[in-house]
Order: sequence, then C-alpha cells, then structure tokens
Amino acid sequence: MLADFRAPTRRELLLGSGVLFAWTSLPRLARAEGRDPRLLTIVLRGALDGLAVVAPVGDPDWAKLRDDKALLLEGQTPALPLDGFFALNPAMPNFHRLYRAGQATIVHAVATPYRERSHFDGQDVLESGLARPGATDTGWLNRALAGLAGDPSAEIRGRQAFAIGPITPLVVRGPAPVFSWVPRRLPPVSDDTTMRLLDLYNHTDPTFARVLEEHIELAAVASTGGMNSDPGEDRPVIQGGGIQQVRAYFADAAGSAAKFLAERDGPRVGALAFDGWDTHVNEGAVKGRLADLLGALDGAIAAIETNTGEAWRDTVVVLITEFGRTARINGNDGTDHGTATVALLAGGALKGGHVIADWPGLKDAELYEQRDLKPTTDLRAVLKGLLADHLRADDRKLAAVVFPDSEAAKPMEGLLA
Amino acid sequence: MARNPQEAALALHRFGLGPRDGSIAAVAEDPRGALLAELARPEAGQITNCDLPTSGAENRAVFEYNAERNANQKRRQRETAEVMEKPGKEGAATEAKVEAPTRAQTIPLPRQLFLNEAKARIDAALHADIGFAERLVWFWSNHFCVNADKTIMAGAYEREAIRPHVQGRFADMLLAAEGHPAMLLYLDNAQSIGPNSVAGINRDKGLNENLAREILELHTLGVRTIYTQADVTNFAKVLTGWTILQTASDPDHGGDFVYIKRAHEPGPQTVTGKVYEDKGTEQGRAVLADLARHPATAKHIATKIACHFVADDPPPTLVERLTQRFLDTDGDLKEVATTLIVSPEAWAPQQAKIKRPGEWIVAALRATGETAEIRRIIQAQNLLGEPLWRPPAPKGFSDDNAVWADGLVQRLDLANTFAHREGLAHEPAAVMDTALGPLASAETRRAVTTAESRPQALTMLLMAPEFQRR
Repeated sequence: MLADFRAPTRRELLLGSGVLFAWTSLPRLARAEGRDPRLLTIVLRGALDGLAVVAPVGDPDWAKLRDDKALLLEGQTPALPLDGFFALNPAMPNFHRLYRAGQATIVHAVATPYRERSHFDGQDVLESGLARPGATDTGWLNRALAGLAGDPSAEIRGRQAFAIGPITPLVVRGPAPVFSWVPRRLPPVSDDTTMRLLDLYNHTDPTFARVLEEHIELAAVASTGGMNSDPGEDRPVIQGGGIQQVRAYFADAAGSAAKFLAERDGPRVGALAFDGWDTHVNEGAVKGRLADLLGALDGAIAAIETNTGEAWRDTVVVLITEFGRTARINGNDGTDHGTATVALLAGGALKGGHVIADWPGLKDAELYEQRDLKPTTDLRAVLKGLLADHLRADDRKLAAVVFPDSEAAKPMEGLLA
Repeated sequence: MARNPQEAALALHRFGLGPRDGSIAAVAEDPRGALLAELARPEAGQITNCDLPTSGAENRAVFEYNAERNANQKRRQRETAEVMEKPGKEGAATEAKVEAPTRAQTIPLPRQLFLNEAKARIDAALHADIGFAERLVWFWSNHFCVNADKTIMAGAYEREAIRPHVQGRFADMLLAAEGHPAMLLYLDNAQSIGPNSVAGINRDKGLNENLAREILELHTLGVRTIYTQADVTNFAKVLTGWTILQTASDPDHGGDFVYIKRAHEPGPQTVTGKVYEDKGTEQGRAVLADLARHPATAKHIATKIACHFVADDPPPTLVERLTQRFLDTDGDLKEVATTLIVSPEAWAPQQAKIKRPGEWIVAALRATGETAEIRRIIQAQNLLGEPLWRPPAPKGFSDDNAVWADGLVQRLDLANTFAHREGLAHEPAAVMDTALGPLASAETRRAVTTAESRPQALTMLLMAPEFQRR
C-alpha cells in the first residue's frame, strides 16, 4: 500500500489509459480569437486566512484587530503595496510582480455559499460547486469541461482533465475523463499534522509524545543546525525539516501541471490540492508557518509561469480555499475557522493588477457573526466568470449543471484580458 | 447476553487483526465467544484453496532456475570471449546481443515464490473475520522463526510446519518445525555431522550445535533454565543425520527431509539427565517429546503468549494459569489459547501493547477496506523494521514495546502517504466508527473530526494511540 514512491512515468500512464491517442485525434475546434485557453485550479485545503495573505492596510480598524500579528506596510517585514488599501504578504514576491504586470488578480471578502465551519463539508461545497454539503462524486471543474464537449462555440482543445497528486481532488472528478499524475515526490508529513499528533499524544499517550517530541527536536537540529530562538519569544521555535520538502513538493506538483498545460495537444484543464492552511496555533503570518507556506505557494506559481512558457499568456491559475479564518487572533497566536477569505488568480490571460472587493469593514458590527470577515462576493460568481469568459462555457449550463442554485451569483465580468 | 461493543473492539484489536466494516457490531453480542468460535473452525489458521507448491517443490524449482541462470551467464561469458578474439563489425553486433538478456525485467523465480507466499499470508489476514487464528499463526511462526535470506522455503515452512498445529499440540508443532528442511538449513543442522559417525570419520567433519542450542534456549525450556553446555552438545549429537536430500542427486525429492544414518553420531546420549538410546530419528523425536512436556517449557511458552497478547509485564496469575493449562493438557495449544481468552486478566481495558508493524498495516487496510499490492505491503513492513520472514536473529522479532515505539515516526510517514493516496475516498468519522467504535477517546474523536482535510483526518486516526495499540 504504502511505501511505493515510484509513480508510473507519464508515458506509461498515457499509453495505459489510451489518453495519448485521444488527445491527438481530437478535432481541432474553431478558435476564432486565436486563443488556446488553459485553466488550472489549486485547492488550498485547511481554510486559508485571507486577511494574512492580502491585508486591508488602509482600513483604520485593521492594525488594532490583529495587533502585532497584523501585516503592515511598515516594520521589519513590510507588506508589499497593492492598491493603496490592500497589501500583499511579503512572502509572495512573485505574485506581487505578476500583479504589477497585470497578470494577477485578487478577489477579497469572497466565500462559497457554505456558512458553517466544518472543513470536510466546506471542501465538499467548494469543490462540488453545489450550494450545500452532501453526497456528491463530481466537481464543478469536471462538469464544466463535460459541458463544453459537443459545444461548437466552446474554445477548448483537450477533452480530458488532469489531476496532479496522489489523490484526485473532487473538483476535477466526474463524467469527463480525468487522468492523474503522481509526482515522484509525495507530500511530506506537514508540520501541522505532526503538531496536531503531538497535541493528541500529549493528552493521551506520554510514551508516544516523548518519541514524537524527540523526533521533532532532531529534525530541527538537522535542518537548521540548532534550535532557533525567535527574538521576543520565550520558548524555542521548532523548525522542522518540513518546509524545504513542502517547497519542493509544491514546486514539483505545480511545475508538472504546467508542463501538461504547455503541451501542444495536451489537456487544458487540471487541478491539484495543497494542504496545511489550518493555522489554529502560532499562525506566523509575517514570519513563521503561514509565511513559509505562502512562500512555497509563491514558488509554485513561479514554477507554473516558467513551465507553461509561451502558453502562459493563455493560462489562468485560480487558487481557492473552503473558507477563511476569524478576523481576530485567538488565544494561541492563531486563528480559528471563519467565513470570507481571498481568491487568488494568476496568469497571462488575465486583465489583472487590481483587487476586487466590496469591502465589508472590520468593526465588530461589520464582521460576520461579530467574528469573521463578512462575505460580500460569491466565489461562484468569480468561477463562473472565468469559465464563461476564458473557456467560453455556456451561461445556461453554468447555472444549471456546473453551479446549480447559483442564479444570484452572476458571472463576474472583466476578469480576462 | 448484553451487547458489549467496548469489549468487542478490544477483542478485535488485541486478539485479532483489527475491525473491518461492521466487525464490532458482529461480535458485540459475545466477543469472547466469537474469538473461541473462530478458533474452533476446522479451517482456522489454514490456507485453503491455495495452489502453492510444497517447500520441496519450491526448492527444486529454484535449484533448476539457478542452475540454468548460471549456465546462461557462463555461456555469455564464453561468447564474449570468442567475440573479443575476432574483433570487427560483426563483433559489435554480437556484443549488443550479449548485453540484452542481463537487463531482463522479469521477476526472478525465488522472488516470485516469495511474493506468492506473502500474498497468501496477507490475504488470509485481510479476509479473516476476526483474525485470532491468524494472530496465533503469526505468533508461532515468529517463535519458531526461520529467515528467508537463508532459505527460499520460509513461506512454505509456515504453511507446512506452523499452520497445521496452531490448534493442535505443541509437541507436534515442535517436531514439525525442527524437522523441517527450512529450519535444518536456517540453524545449520543440515551440515552437522556426528564426529564418530562414518561420515564424520571419513570426512573429518563434526558437530554444529546451533539448532540444538536454539531449541533448548528459544523454542522449549528457555534461556538460563535447567540445561548445561553438555546437554547442548549431546542434543546436537542426537540431531546429527537430520538433514536435506541434495537436489542435484535426486531431482524428484531433493530438498525434502532425510535422515542419513551415515552422519548420525552413534550411541546413547544423555540430555537433561535422561539417557536416550540410539534408535535413529526416534532418538531425536524422544528428546523433543520430553522437552515439549517439560514444566520449564510450559512456563516459557505461557510467559511469551501473555507478553505477546497482554502486556510486556503480564499479570503473574495469568502466566500461572496458562502454564498450568499447558501442563494439564499435554501442550494442547487450542486449550491454552482458550484459557487466554477466558482469563479476566487478558481483558484489561488499557491497551498496553503497541501493535507490531505487520499487524498495524493489516489493521489499516481492514479498517479502510482498501487492498494493496503485495510488494507494497512488503516494502512497508521493511520500512517499519519488521521485514516479512526476515527476523534479525533466531529469537525472532521482539515483543517489547520499547523496540517498536521508536518506529512511530516511520509509521507517521507511511500513514501520511497512505492517507494521501486513499484518504479522500473515506469519511473520517465513519472509518473511526469502524476501526475504533467505543475505544475512540474524546481527544482522538476531536483530532479526527477537526482535521483540516480528510487525508489528515485519516492520518490522525491511523496514528491514534487506540489504533497503534491493542
């Protein structure tokens, strides 16, 4: 089961599934505009803290909401300015460069229709495209692709979707054929998983707790040459060997996806998922865990830009998460499950360089249930806009099949160049 | 009888191979009765409907395979040498042809036989209702271990010497194990020759005490009990002549057990104070029969069973009761196993023992209903320090918690990989109910239900103390 780290080569996979044949024999569809659109969806599982990625530095209530955990334009690690009101986490210089070049867009205070706070249900809604959680085995991206089949006005070459990673995300499962590609490098055990397990052991099994703790300390020594002390912290910060592995996995997985998209007769729609965003304890938005993860994500975006090459100008990458986190910091220097967050878009096909937000404000009364950033934009509107303008998906199908019960969320216009 | 899901879950983990979907409910009516009922089935612990060859047949097939491979190698060397002598265009072409067969991708026969045997064992574990009989097979196979690095018959040995006797008598298993070609090879008795035997005098060769010593120390009486060095030496003499038929000289029966009188030390021998007359193999059989019913053996076996199933430091009353039952029934292993199950000491709610790697891997597959390629399971066991049929020493794999606790981090790596392959397909709370039921602590329930993703939830479940322990 467990320890086979050798994935089949891509050629083996394609030959085995007959996909290679299918690609090359596809009829070339009319592409009046001379475009050959690509769409890559990256699911960030665990609920990304949108306020820690894109901070409302121009909101007078922002700094006091998060005190010393607030991302600001001043200080030791200043945020990267975006539009005067918002600023980007400094761990993401690549995304910032793309934003300034008009190839990245941010949608803020955005959320799916899900209003509770369970990861599993939230991820189901995010990926299924349905308005409510419940048993489903297809995702909106796959249904969108299936809907494009037989639609002569649709502008997409590949009829297959692809998934990167050891498991195929729900978002891309469904009636349209999917092939999956497992990178040789598998996702390492995240520091978050290790810390959760340590917490469980601390409460239940002292022997296991001791073994795991020793391992964590050894890993810290191995990766940094010693325990790091963060100035101003009275206890040592454990730095696992994990983040280098995470960076490598993110770049590897995203880079592989980009190579598929770049193929002349390759697939045009794909998905992958990155875990680790559930930052209940020591979030470390400015410096620490979340900053490290965002850095790894920024590296993944750079790898996509590099590996798509010429095709970058026809590419949109959309990064989405199941919900956001509490506006305030909790008692463990982290944040708990919340509601609205950000969606990040990158790609040469975008008309980017702006933050789209109907800003709800951060005063107590302005927060959702007085705790979370209030959602003012429906994520489905963003996704429908992308599918309609980028892939030329049919409006009626979007409303009926891809995102049922989403009439109120009209496709967002003007995202594409 | 009142339903007892708590005890049912404990029964499945402690005495079985972990719950499958619905297992806890299925045995909740009477967990102890269910364990005993599984053991009472005639086919319990046996591999039925298998077309695996006998150990002798495997041995002969591998002998032929190796001989052919060697010949091919030599033929190629000869051809290469000929080509080197007359260089030129023709030479290059022949050279390329010579290279090709060495890169053949087919699985070598010995490896294939090993995989077939391993698959039969894992399938039996995955398909067992509870797995108590299989756990007993694993226990006894480890007690009388051989090593697959030294004999290709390790898997067949388990089927032929161990499985038929898990519900039978200890004396019969002892004789079957010590007289099996795999054991005679593993502990060198195949080459042990009586110094005063015909072969010993003619070839100036002598005793190898390895098997005799390990029988006394590990398989029966136990270390530092009642035997002396003289007992070891004399017992080794008794066992001379117990060897294996050479395959080269007998293509039909090579690899089978054979008693060779020519190599047997003549005359009576004294072992632990008793004189055994020289009656060929009967001499050795008589020593083994007496060792099997010795009180020191009963205590050794009882202690080992209690340590394996219950705790590193088991309650003395339990060991005492198992010892007595062993003696009273002349080593009836089914009776001993039954005594274990009906003893209240065996049912302490605390899960004191850490599952061995193989048990944990099988439990994970059973809990999720997943299957896996056999080579992956073998790789996983290797990674966790319990390579199948490759124990580090004749003592077998340890039963001490301390040995296995350090492997926790490797288990985490495996659980994480497994969960990232399979985790999305499972509803974590449902798998938790299947796998732990009422054993799940509030902390574990919380860790699983608040995980950030389904794969993480499955990782937490597989790593939870209630799932790691039994």
